[in-house]
Formats: sequence, C-alpha cells, structure tokens
Amino acid sequence: MTARRLSVLSALAFGLISTSALAQAPIKFDYWYGLTGQLGDVMAEHCKRFNASQSKFEAVCAGQGGYDKAEQNTIAAFRAKQHPTIVQIYDAGTVNFLLSGAIKPATELVKEFNMKVDWKDYFEGVSNYYATSKGEMWSFPYNSSTALLYFNKDHFAKIGKTEGPKTVEEWFADIRKIKAGGHAACGFGFDFDTWMPLEQFSAIHNLPIASRNNGYDGLDAELVFNKTKFADYMKDWKKLLDEGVASIQTSQTGKTILQAFTDGSCSTVLSSVANHGVVASTIKPGTNWGVVMLPVYEGTQRHNSLVGGASLWVMAGKSKDEYAGAAAFLDFIASAPEVKWMPNATGYIPITKTAFNQMTAEGFYKDPKYAGREIAMQSLTFTPPNEITRGIRLGNFTSIRAEVRSELEAAFTGKKDVQTALNDAVARGNQILRRFEQTFKGKTLP
Amino acid sequence: MGKRVTFGNTFIGIALIVPQLLLVFTFFYWPTGEALYWAFTLEPPFGGGNQWVGWQNFETVFSDPKYYNSVKVSLIFAVGTTTMSISFALLLALFVDRQLPGYRVYRFAYFWPYALAAPAVGLAFRFIFAPQAGFVSAINTYFPGAWNPATNGNDAMLLIMLANAWKMVGYNFIFLLAGLQSMPRALLEAAALDGAGALRRIRDFQLPLLAPTLFFVLVINLTESFVDSFGIVEIVTNGGPANATDLMVFKIYTDGFVGKDYSLAAAQSIILMLLVVALTVVQFRFIERRVQYT
Repeated sequence: MTARRLSVLSALAFGLISTSALAQAPIKFDYWYGLTGQLGDVMAEHCKRFNASQSKFEAVCAGQGGYDKAEQNTIAAFRAKQHPTIVQIYDAGTVNFLLSGAIKPATELVKEFNMKVDWKDYFEGVSNYYATSKGEMWSFPYNSSTALLYFNKDHFAKIGKTEGPKTVEEWFADIRKIKAGGHAACGFGFDFDTWMPLEQFSAIHNLPIASRNNGYDGLDAELVFNKTKFADYMKDWKKLLDEGVASIQTSQTGKTILQAFTDGSCSTVLSSVANHGVVASTIKPGTNWGVVMLPVYEGTQRHNSLVGGASLWVMAGKSKDEYAGAAAFLDFIASAPEVKWMPNATGYIPITKTAFNQMTAEGFYKDPKYAGREIAMQSLTFTPPNEITRGIRLGNFTSIRAEVRSELEAAFTGKKDVQTALNDAVARGNQILRRFEQTFKGKTLP
Repeated sequence: MGKRVTFGNTFIGIALIVPQLLLVFTFFYWPTGEALYWAFTLEPPFGGGNQWVGWQNFETVFSDPKYYNSVKVSLIFAVGTTTMSISFALLLALFVDRQLPGYRVYRFAYFWPYALAAPAVGLAFRFIFAPQAGFVSAINTYFPGAWNPATNGNDAMLLIMLANAWKMVGYNFIFLLAGLQSMPRALLEAAALDGAGALRRIRDFQLPLLAPTLFFVLVINLTESFVDSFGIVEIVTNGGPANATDLMVFKIYTDGFVGKDYSLAAAQSIILMLLVVALTVVQFRFIERRVQYT
C-alpha cells in the first residue's frame, strides 16, 4: 500500500513540476516536411529561423524522407490521432487533402487569428493551383517552382547559336545538328517523369489533360490527353530516341537527367527551376549554360506554365495553442523577408509579388549566380491562368502519373506503339478516377 | 503408456500462454482481420465512412491484366532466385565441407550478405550494374546495348534475381553446411574406401541425406521471395521498366501506399497470403513425400 501511495504522490509531484515548467516553456507544435537532401536542410533551417525570431512558440520540425512519405505518414498519423499541426504536401496530394475532412482550411485559420496573409499578393499561377473551385485558399502556398529547358551554351555555340530554342521545332533541329556534328553524346536527356512533358506541356499549349476543366469542376472528370497534341509530342520524342539524338537518363541507367546535363553528356534537359542552384553548384567548372522557357510548337499561342512544389496544410483536431503557433509560423514564412530568403537558399521562386518586385529592385536576377531564374517567373505569369492552365485536380493523381509513366516506359522501350500506350494510360487512369469517385461517393470537391 | 505430465494449476498454464497468444493476435490476426475487412469495403485514405462493396475489390484485381503480369513475374522471380541462391549456396557449402584451404574464413564470411539490409544490397547492385556508369557498363562498350536493365525487362528481372539470390546465399549456406556437417563422417569415409569419387559421394550419399535441409530452405526461400523482395525491387528497378519487375508485393505497396487505395491493396494482400499458403501446402504435400528424414 505504501508503495502505491508513494507512486501516486510522485506522479502528482511530477505533474505539478511539468505543468509549471510548461507555463514558462514555449508552446510547441509539430511541423512535418517532405523535402530531403539539400532542400530538406533548407526546410529545417526555415524552422530554426522561426524559432529564433520569437520565444512564445516552438516549431518542432521533422523531415519525413520525401513528399510521398510525408503524405503517407500524415495519413497514418491522423488515423492514430498523432498527426502534426502543419504538414508540407506536394501539388499532387492536394485533392486528397481537400476531401480528407482532416484539415482546417487556411481561410479559417487566417480569420480566427487575424493573420496578416494577403492572398492577393500571391502570384495567381501559384494561388489558383491550390485554391478551391470557389477560389478559397485551403492551404498556404510554400516552396514553388515551374519547369524550364536547360541548355548547354558551349554545345549550342558549336552549331553557331547563342540563344536557347523557343519552339519545339527549333529545339529538335538544334539537337539533331549537335548530335550530327558530334558535339555531344546526347542532344536531349529525359526520364519518365510526367510533370514536364504532360502537365507543363499541356498548360503552355492550353490543352486539357482531363475533362471538367482538368477536374476542378467535379470528380467525374475523364482523361483526354491521348487525343491532344501531347500524343504528337511523345511520338516526336520517340523519333528522337530512335535516331539516337535523345537518350533515356534515370538512376537505373546510371545517370539522372541532371547528372547527364552537368557532366556535359546531354545538351538539353527539361527540369524544375528548383534545380537551378543544384546545376550551378554541380556543373563541370567552366561550362556555359542557360535556361529558357519550355518550347512550344510553332503556331501555338503560349500560355502560362504550372506551378509545382508544395503547400502547407493545417491539420484538424489540434488545440487552440497549437493553432496559435501555426498561425504565427505561417505568418512568419509568408512575410516578405522570408519569401525572399527561400529563393536565395534554393532555386524556388518568390511566391508573392511584393517579394519578387523587391528582389528585382535589389538586383537579385542580375547576379550571375541567379541569372536566368527570372525566366521561371516569365513562364509562370506569361498569361493569366485560365480554367485549364490554373492546374490539375484529379483524384489519386499520383497513381495516374505512375500509369502514364509505365506506359511511356513501354512505348519508349519499343514494347508498344506510342498512341496505343497513351490510349492504355488513359483507359487505366480513368479506372483510377472512377474508383476514387466511388470511394468519395456523396462528396464534392470544395 | 507412461504417466502424463500435466499442470495441476490451470491458472499458471493459461498465464504462460497468454503473452504468446497476445503477440500472435496483435501482430498477425488483428492486421489480417483488418485487411480482410478493408478488402470488402472502400476505405478513404483518412478513414471514416467506408462502404461495403462485397467482392468488387477482388473483381477489380482479377480483371486487371497488369495484376496477372505481376503474378507471372512474381513466379518467375521466385523460381529463378530460389534456384540461383540454393544451387550456389550448395556449391559453397560442399566446398567448405571438404575443408578446402581457408574454409574457416569462408564459413564465417559467407553469411555476411544476409546481415545487410535489402535496400543497401539493392543500391550496391544498382550501382554495379548500371548500364552507363557501373562496372558492368564495360560490356556495353564491346557489345553496345547488350546490357540495359533500365530499358530491357529481362535484364531488369535478372538483376533483381541476382541481388536477391546474393543476399539469400549466406542464409542457405549456413543451413546446408550444418546439414552436411551433421552427417556421420564414418559413412562418408567408408564410401570413399569403397572407391566412390567426390561427385559420386555427393550424388548418392550427401544429397539424399541433405534432402530435409534442402526442403526446408526451399520453402523458406520461396516464401521469402514472395513476401520479402520489396526492398530490392524498390531500389533497383522501382517495378520497371514497363512493369517488368512489378512483383505482387511491390504492386501492393504502390497501389496501397503510393496510390492510397488501401482497399485494393488489402484485397491483393489477401490473395498473396492465400497464394503463399497454397504454395507451402503444395510443397509439403508433394515434395516432402520424397524427403526422407533420418
């Protein structure tokens, strides 16, 4: 009996100590991010900057080892009621979170805590991607990028060109010349990532990927990309591959597209502007290189490209204190100095107009280290986003990407004809959409 | 009949088995039950409000040509990798058993690969066998295009078989060597005196006596290759190219965790479980009959 009484007493005492300690300690809340490697370090650094900037709250930040892992872990944690207050979710996970019922809409948090966030200050291309169909913001845009064409100026100089290609036809002619002249082992290196060829290509050509305005208008959308110019684009890629002008570059072949570009074996690659810093720091010293907007087919009116990257979601079921901390954190990272800090530390773009204008005035884009990144802003803001170019809102889009990827693999390795592969990808993608629609029966996209 | 030894105290008896049962329940029956429930419902990723759909998930699985592809490649992988690893382990074990020079070191060192985590093995194999940059890329300079697991499905399949077999060799080796060493030396020597050469002794004497051990490693290897090959596939080929290495267990992962379709993954898990159980039953029913335990 005495032993039990002792333990009760000590538990009480411990409780007292810990509550009194809590009264002085900062209020803690959890923040999970998906990025890894160099970019993951930047995420952790951003957290430290917030914690150092004030003493009332403490963000406890944890990397989850990848965008997909961050989403998987958040779902598992939510089911066990152990989820974080804020989580970084990539573009393709947006639909899952909109429909999850597990989140607190950003607009709600802004209202409750009188946050300073000015939605109008965000570039429309950025905010529209994450907004609901009614234009409400449910998550906070964070690290954002878009795709560009990277080209090796030394290779281009050998065929007498100083500028990067503007049209697809020009691009293909250039790399054919480079390859024919033996100036590079490969004119164009690509992998099976669908983001550049399917999503960005369709946006800049104002082509739909799916019906119902790319899915924004309802879960009953159907894929249509096998009938658009995208199919011709892939057939042209296959032709380049068969001619030996283009080559497949994945970690399985030994070199990723970035590695093949930076070591000088490929003259052009398509990649995110987020990798601008990586290319600058890893490219063979002395190499002249540059970026241009993704090329469009001749006779096409160019449209804005899509934003990629991730946004920050606030999860449901947290305490008032934790939400107060989350509001302070999100206000902090949306402030102009922090929005400007991000492009300095990475290749991501400034997401607010204020920050972009300040950076331009301060000469950021004149600095040779960063020169060229303004092209990403031109690409993203080329036209105001319309119903099709604002983004893609399809259920289980990660799986659809995987289906397209495996069908492209089949096409590019000669197992299937390109059109058949794309037809199959659309048919399989539509099955995924129908299953998703059935799983969320009775729910509509906000 | 001798006197049966029983616990007089039922309470102690129950207390002794409860922890064991709890473990089995928490880590086997509970998850299996959950998977079974999900297999017959549609489960939204974040939970809440799943609906009963009967056999629909199974119908979806069985009407998918890519599912049959994944069953096919799983079978090829299982047979291929098991054959490779057992035959190579047997060879090594026979050599070590013959006490060739340095056998003490080999006996110790051959087990190491099994101690490595599958993703580490996968990464090493991916680097070594990369067609453009790996050690093996030399082949391609002499015979262009001869080896490319990134675009050739057969190469990719061979590569994951090799990686998995390499990892399992150590495990099989230990069991086979133990089996060989437990054989009565006197019989072996008698056979040698009677004029049986090394190969003859292996064929007529060591292999038949080793049959129970071989049967055991066969069952373990086949089961492992079905349920435990995920780490290697994810790192080495990621299921590609064009689903050529999309093993059943990898498809469960991609559908469930990457695609967030838990119900479809649950249905596939149930099918995989039944398949492994069936395979094991078949092995015990038909192969074990030919095994003689001494």
